[in-house]
Amino acid sequence: MEMDWQAFALSLRLATVTTAILLAIAVPLAALLVLGRSRWLAALEALATLPMVLPPTVLGFFLLVLLGPRTAVGRGITALLGHPLAFSFSGLVVGSVIYSLPFAVQPLVAGFASVDTALVDAARLLGAGPVRLVTSILVPLARRSLLAAIVLSFLHTIGEFGVVLMLGGDIPGSTRTLSIVLYNQVENFDYAAANRTAAILLGMSVVALALIYSKTQERGARRA
Amino acid sequence: MLEFSLDARRGSFHFQVECAIASDWTVVFGPSGSGKSTLLRLLAGLDLPVRGRIALNTRTLTDTAIGLHLAPGRRSTALVAQQPALFPHLSVAANVAYGLHGLDHASRAARVEEMLALAGATDLAGRRPQELSGGEAQRVALARALAPAPRLLLLDEPFSALDGVASDALLERLQLWLRKNEVQAVMATHDVTDALATSAEVLLLREGRMTALGPAAQVLAAERERLMVRLQSRCD
Repeated sequence: MEMDWQAFALSLRLATVTTAILLAIAVPLAALLVLGRSRWLAALEALATLPMVLPPTVLGFFLLVLLGPRTAVGRGITALLGHPLAFSFSGLVVGSVIYSLPFAVQPLVAGFASVDTALVDAARLLGAGPVRLVTSILVPLARRSLLAAIVLSFLHTIGEFGVVLMLGGDIPGSTRTLSIVLYNQVENFDYAAANRTAAILLGMSVVALALIYSKTQERGARRA
Repeated sequence: MLEFSLDARRGSFHFQVECAIASDWTVVFGPSGSGKSTLLRLLAGLDLPVRGRIALNTRTLTDTAIGLHLAPGRRSTALVAQQPALFPHLSVAANVAYGLHGLDHASRAARVEEMLALAGATDLAGRRPQELSGGEAQRVALARALAPAPRLLLLDEPFSALDGVASDALLERLQLWLRKNEVQAVMATHDVTDALATSAEVLLLREGRMTALGPAAQVLAAERERLMVRLQSRCD
């Protein structure tokens, strides 16, 4: 079987869009979890971590039901967009964002929490509001965590299977990602093609992780 | 005029002080753990009192009775701590310019130059914080704190890394500048020579309570007397 470049491009597009949306959500959320004082933050952090421990198929099933025609939410979204979110690329993005949320939030929480609180206090005393505090102090000083969040979100989305299958099905050009292609190839006993697809997924993971660790070593070398 | 009435708790430590300070230079004096840093953090707005009120020149900064607590950056208050806490990813000049967000480029550059000159750190402008000695970093921290033109300057043992001569010279220059610009200053120290050298009003703290407020020589003489009596009773 030929390599499914359409699925490859769709996976890259899904991972890119998901990672961009995740960053927009995860950076302020992580800053709130680290800097906030509300007693509700523990519950919020638990909620943001939930997708990490929830089986992907369970999450996919919940989302399928929630976004389907049986709920007010699903009907409202259908009325708004003109089509249901389930079994569409947009639906996959929603599912992927929720599924990969902890992989973006957790590295950022760890990175922001490691920034010296004296620096945060100094910035606040010099008039920095929450947005400036995050953009000019927390993010620059937690660059490696930001890189980790980007890479982990991207790879986690590229490799996801359960949520994609439950929520998106297997529609070529719309919801068929590389993981679905790999599953189909194995089901058809086309191990040569499955090997190629798996190698691509593996290669992407290795390159991305090498990128993270090379940055870590650069930092270590600078310190030494 | 700085007025405050504060009731704060940090674990088992209970801080309760009520005071009005008219002097333009006040030294908060007391042993470690007496509440000096707690007081400065409360005044700066970094910590919240359980109950209390802080007013600077009749402007209320904190009033728990009406749920008012101005953010640290909106209190016209600067704090220079013992640890300079310079932003490590910014140059010295960028550190000093950090609080000058609203100014245009030329005004910002001029202000940075003026503040670095005041702190005796002009030649450090292009350096990174990692390249500075402890004393140089404290000078830069002072320049950064003064740049946004605060009305109240809080100093928490700010020149501990400077030698005596350099510290005295900087202190003298700073006091002149503060007086000229009508900035009230409160400096915490546990070094009696700092309190005496600046001929300040002294606020004496012990275990989270104010035990005296008055001219340095008078308050410190009384404290010396108290310590001598205590020492004598222990020897007996």
